[in-house]
Amino acid sequence: MQYMLLIYNDETTRPSSAAELDRLLGEYMAFTQDIVKSGHFKAGDPLEPTSSATTVRVRDNRTLTTDGPFAETKEQLGGYYLVEAKDLDEAIAIAARIPGARHGCIEVRPIRKFNR
Amino acid sequence: MLEQLYRDDFGRIVASLIRLLGDFDLAEEAAQEAFAAAVEQWPGEGMPQNPRSWIIGTARHKAVDRIRRQTRFASKRDELIRAIEEQGTADDADMTGNGFPDDRLRLIFTCCHPALAAEAQVALALRTLCGLTTEEIARAFLVPPATMAQRLVRAKRKIRTARIPFEIPPPELLPERIDAVMAVIYLVFNEGYAASFGSALVRADLCAEAIRLGRIVCELTPDNAEARGLLALMLLQDSRRAARIGADGDLVLLEDQDRTRWNHAQIGEGLALVHSALSSPPAGPYTIQAAIASVHARAPRAADTDWRAIEALYAYLMRIRPSPVVELNHAVAVAMATGLEEGLRMIEAIRVRHDLDGYHLMWAARADLLRRLERWDEAAESYGRALTLAEAQPERRFLQRRLTEVSARRRRPLN
Repeated sequence: MQYMLLIYNDETTRPSSAAELDRLLGEYMAFTQDIVKSGHFKAGDPLEPTSSATTVRVRDNRTLTTDGPFAETKEQLGGYYLVEAKDLDEAIAIAARIPGARHGCIEVRPIRKFNR
Repeated sequence: MLEQLYRDDFGRIVASLIRLLGDFDLAEEAAQEAFAAAVEQWPGEGMPQNPRSWIIGTARHKAVDRIRRQTRFASKRDELIRAIEEQGTADDADMTGNGFPDDRLRLIFTCCHPALAAEAQVALALRTLCGLTTEEIARAFLVPPATMAQRLVRAKRKIRTARIPFEIPPPELLPERIDAVMAVIYLVFNEGYAASFGSALVRADLCAEAIRLGRIVCELTPDNAEARGLLALMLLQDSRRAARIGADGDLVLLEDQDRTRWNHAQIGEGLALVHSALSSPPAGPYTIQAAIASVHARAPRAADTDWRAIEALYAYLMRIRPSPVVELNHAVAVAMATGLEEGLRMIEAIRVRHDLDGYHLMWAARADLLRRLERWDEAAESYGRALTLAEAQPERRFLQRRLTEVSARRRRPLN
């Protein structure tokens, strides 16, 4: 079963020094390699910060584009992983190992499957 | 007899079915239908030789019927049905129909999974482990039945959609998950114990169900001292049930209770459990609270209460599970053991330290000590403050009674 692991962090508390950033990236790489090896990894990427976001809405056939994320929130979506796990407990265990979980939070969402 | 089977075994049967069918909802509905069939058929046809097996077998057939009706994929459906029937043949060899003891444990952990909202955990536990109807649970928690039904539907949907496993958690997660289970059990107990006297009958049932769940956890985790502590705490508190309510339906304080009306068989069991739990240190919060309850239980009269022991136990509890309530209780114990003035000083300090002016129990405790010191004006003021904050009717009636008492003793009229 597949789960989306959405990584939320407070952008204003990003790593300040280059050394800190390096360490964090190293941790993410190590984690990613781990779950690739274990077969859980399906996809995953960090995202550019919300300052680079654009929100698109279509109403009455008109496309409305605004600068910024869909809503102002205390914590912002910073990245994601798509993983294969046998049940929620396994997905939670994986999510808990994501470096971002220590400062922010990870939302674990099951992928919806339709029987076609 | 069916009634008894239902109450005792519903949880066990549902648990077995979940393992068999791999689906919470299906299992519960199938169990319900099987019991309904029993009610219909047994009076006429007579009791089967092995009632439990009959129920499980019938439930299995009902589940298969339901799957036939609902699943669209022929291959998936047939596969599922085949698996169920194969498992059924294997189970039939188990004549006692006792099922795997682990199944009920799995069920408890599933119901109390942290991914479910706390109120959902409680409702689910009562529904699937104790076999309470949605209406009974709704009444107990004072919500409309439709709300409770929705709560249960959402919880079961979450279990299915997010695939919450029907499993005993791995060893590294076990301690925190057992804590969650015990918290749910104690929540259920407290709902029953903090009686609103209008629905007293339902409430007593809740205490009984919580105690039953507590027994199951003890049985299934024999090395868990805190589980024994929790069961002891519930038994000891529940033992006072009959004496807690006065003739007029009002709350009777511990010190005023007719101790001959305490359930001494339950006390005996509780005391033994406390002793057992304490012999596996370190003692956890439930065990300590049970120990405190046992000190009260051992006193033939209120005046015989060993307040020093209680004070020491609260001091220990303050170290392992600090909270304003525990500190207040400790202060009250100090007041009774050492001196009222000292207890009062401690309450004032706690009031300031934790900013408790909005907390009715602080005012009530303070008022009580002032009353004992015969400082009537101050006691009246304090009871008054408590009244502006207390919400539960039994408590309000009690505080009002006290306020009236102390007001009558004041030398100056209230102006």
